[in-house]
Amino acid sequence: MLDIGLAHYLSVAAVLFTLGIFGIFLNRKNVIIILMSVELMLLAVNINLVAFSAELSDLVGQVFAMFVLTVAAAEAAVGLAILVIFFRNRGTIAVEDINVMSG
Amino acid sequence: MPNTHVPELIPALPELFLAVIIMALLMFGVFQKGGRDEQDVTTFRYVTYMGIVALLLAVLLTTLLADERLVTFGGMFVSDGYAVFCKVLVLLASAGSLVIAKGFLERHSLARFEFPVLVVFATLGMLMMISANDMISLYLGLEMQSLSLYIIAAFQRDDTRSTEAGLKYFVLGAVASGMLLYGMSLVYGFAGTTSFEVMAKMFTNTGPEGPGTGMIFGIVFILAGLAFKVSAVPFHMWTPDVYEGAPTPVTAFFAIAPKIAGMALFMRVMVGPFGDLLAQWQQIVVFISIASMILGSFAAVNQRNIKRLMAYSSIGHVGYALIGLSVGSEAGIRAVLIYLAIYLFMNIGTFACILCMRRGGRMVEGIDDLAGLGKTHPMIALALAIFMFSMAGIPPLAGFFGKLYVFQAAIAAELYTLAIIGVLTSVVGAFYYLRIIRIMYFDDAEDPLDQSIDREIGALLTLTGILIVAFIAYPEPLVSNAAAAAASLFSS
Repeated sequence: MLDIGLAHYLSVAAVLFTLGIFGIFLNRKNVIIILMSVELMLLAVNINLVAFSAELSDLVGQVFAMFVLTVAAAEAAVGLAILVIFFRNRGTIAVEDINVMSG
Repeated sequence: MPNTHVPELIPALPELFLAVIIMALLMFGVFQKGGRDEQDVTTFRYVTYMGIVALLLAVLLTTLLADERLVTFGGMFVSDGYAVFCKVLVLLASAGSLVIAKGFLERHSLARFEFPVLVVFATLGMLMMISANDMISLYLGLEMQSLSLYIIAAFQRDDTRSTEAGLKYFVLGAVASGMLLYGMSLVYGFAGTTSFEVMAKMFTNTGPEGPGTGMIFGIVFILAGLAFKVSAVPFHMWTPDVYEGAPTPVTAFFAIAPKIAGMALFMRVMVGPFGDLLAQWQQIVVFISIASMILGSFAAVNQRNIKRLMAYSSIGHVGYALIGLSVGSEAGIRAVLIYLAIYLFMNIGTFACILCMRRGGRMVEGIDDLAGLGKTHPMIALALAIFMFSMAGIPPLAGFFGKLYVFQAAIAAELYTLAIIGVLTSVVGAFYYLRIIRIMYFDDAEDPLDQSIDREIGALLTLTGILIVAFIAYPEPLVSNAAAAAASLFSS
């Protein structure tokens, strides 16, 4: 019987986090996918925090996770609002069209 | 026995004051009669004036808390000499940005009262992160600052460049926050605490084998997140675009207040909890510092847009400031604090000059548009020349002493490579600062800039110009305060 321990949770979180990072930098299509990748990163952090919290029998990690969830919600709201005004100006949210300024 | 559930509120007095004022200003703005342009402008003016006054009152409240180390909210919030010094700088920077923003926003029909409210909100977040004594309060302060900044980057919402700047800043800022958080979760797991004080005590007993791989991983992620927030190489890619795209007064704000707050946080985290792990993170900070100095000086050479040039210039300045951090000693931190204070005044002045660059009522941003400024606007040209000489680090102006203290600290710590590269890159940097002066005085204007400048911008230019020139005559207050602040960071 396989015991699921801290290492497993940390591995899942690390994989999710990496997927999030790659989703942002390799994605050439749509800004919405970037927003989803950002959420993925934050959720990976939450898995980490809760796993450590259970392992250490220390509630601070879970409190931290609640704060992260709250901030993630606020961040998504701000991000979508900026995306909406960008779409109004340009009529597109494709990543390759975010190129008015060189860089 | 007093009620133990009510935390001590005095240490957080400036923050509480600002929070209440923000709510009041927001309500005031919302319940004003609006709809017509002139009504909106009047509301905007009132809220801006009140915002400036509130920030200056917060400076007063902050200085009342000086000289004492106060901890509250279950050890999450600390007010010490270091926090007071940095908070005063940040509050002055925000107040200055509001002063120079007023005229621009009114001329570009951006005079909406949300702007000053958001600036004060971001400032509140900065104060929270400067005073953070726990990873949770650090994260919340940082996000409060960042979320407000994303919005004001896109404040000119019918302009493609401004919204694009906001979008880029948001995406890359969110990635940086994610990395910072991932690092914090690892550090929490391997240290078993989020409190800076407990961590600092824990690491004093670390043996020569170091703190373990998981912890190092966490620290590296935290470093990456913080390096992004101060736009140090290799996490600088957002800076030029955001600086160019955002409305000019917003760029001015970005270049000053969040930079100072970010550096203050960087130093608090590295010297506080991780101070005894200097050997682990010193190399990384040295690398970031060298890379920032080199990129800041070489990439700026080819820029034609003055806001983009200022972006690279600020990357370079962060590199110099990081020299002081990588030394990791009290002298190094003192040098960084002096550097940041001088950086604040140089940048407010420079951006005030940039905001004067109008032709036929429209903003121009090309460096070549400055041609002939020495003949058409002798006073602005003189002020800009002072700031440029100071940024290039030419004695006897203040910028020279900022660099001098930093290099001295590096030499004292035997980081000779860092000091030598610093001197060489500041020579390269001098090239593009001096080119601006050459264009102003020796090129002919085909089409002069507008004559009128705002009264408050003129006043601010005079004030910052005098401070930069007079620093050599009277450096004592700044130097001794910075020394006291640095000492308080190490005594805890």
